[in-house]
Amino acid sequence: MEFEVFDLGLIEYERALSLQKETHLKVKEGLLESALIICVHYPVITLGRAAKENSLLVSREELQKRGIGLLRVERGGDITYHGPGQITCYPIFNLGYLKKDINLFLRQLEQVAISFFAGLGICAGQRKGLTGAWVENKKISSIGISIKNWITFHGLSINIKSDDLGGFRLIKPCGMDIEMACAEEILGRELKMGSLKENLIKSFQEVFS
Amino acid sequence: MAKVVLPELGEGIEKATVSYWYFKEGDRVKEKDDLVELATDKATFNLPSPCSGILLKIAISEGDPARPGDILAVIQDDPLL
Repeated sequence: MEFEVFDLGLIEYERALSLQKETHLKVKEGLLESALIICVHYPVITLGRAAKENSLLVSREELQKRGIGLLRVERGGDITYHGPGQITCYPIFNLGYLKKDINLFLRQLEQVAISFFAGLGICAGQRKGLTGAWVENKKISSIGISIKNWITFHGLSINIKSDDLGGFRLIKPCGMDIEMACAEEILGRELKMGSLKENLIKSFQEVFS
Repeated sequence: MAKVVLPELGEGIEKATVSYWYFKEGDRVKEKDDLVELATDKATFNLPSPCSGILLKIAISEGDPARPGDILAVIQDDPLL
């Protein structure tokens, strides 16, 4: 399957969501076969359809004070945090060209993350019954998707920078008592976000071509 | 009269939860309108209306589980559409 790549750079979550929906319409109308949106977000916490009251560990006022947005969105899953130390990917993929199988698509997204981290020398893996990519018992990539007309949106985030992990301490990531990991923490060195985007696109091509 | 049936969602998905109805009983719906949203653990899935008509019956309410093959709703042909 061919997909066009759109790199939005650093962008507000709401603006990226609106661009996802515009792109979804283009794929639905056949103007694009499929698309991959890559971006980095300002700090924001999003609540998916399965989000529970106690998944947010601080008050809304506290979030406001820290300049962190809070949004309820239509994706699957519980609560998550996005910040400038993550690369977030929104595959707007027409599963009609692949396979109409939700679980298979989730596993393929995990494979993208695993392949990306392998390229950095990090051995990430899957955990049975727990979506995402994990390094031992720490989550390094989170996934939550939506599907309309068998065309996907929302997607996965990849944790890169260690200064962004603090945002996860304001929530119970995915509604679970888990710790999050990031590439810099594991490698013990600084990484530049820009150069990693190409690696991520290659990982998508490997898994979905 | 058309029955809206939950399709197979892929291997290993035996049920999903009805998370949102875009219309209420008695509303007019158009073919391909988003009709109902279902949620699994990490995904939401929208089912479009298979035809135009009046949403006669919602068979599975929000928050309740549905299995592939279950009838979710019944749509009656609308002579005005």
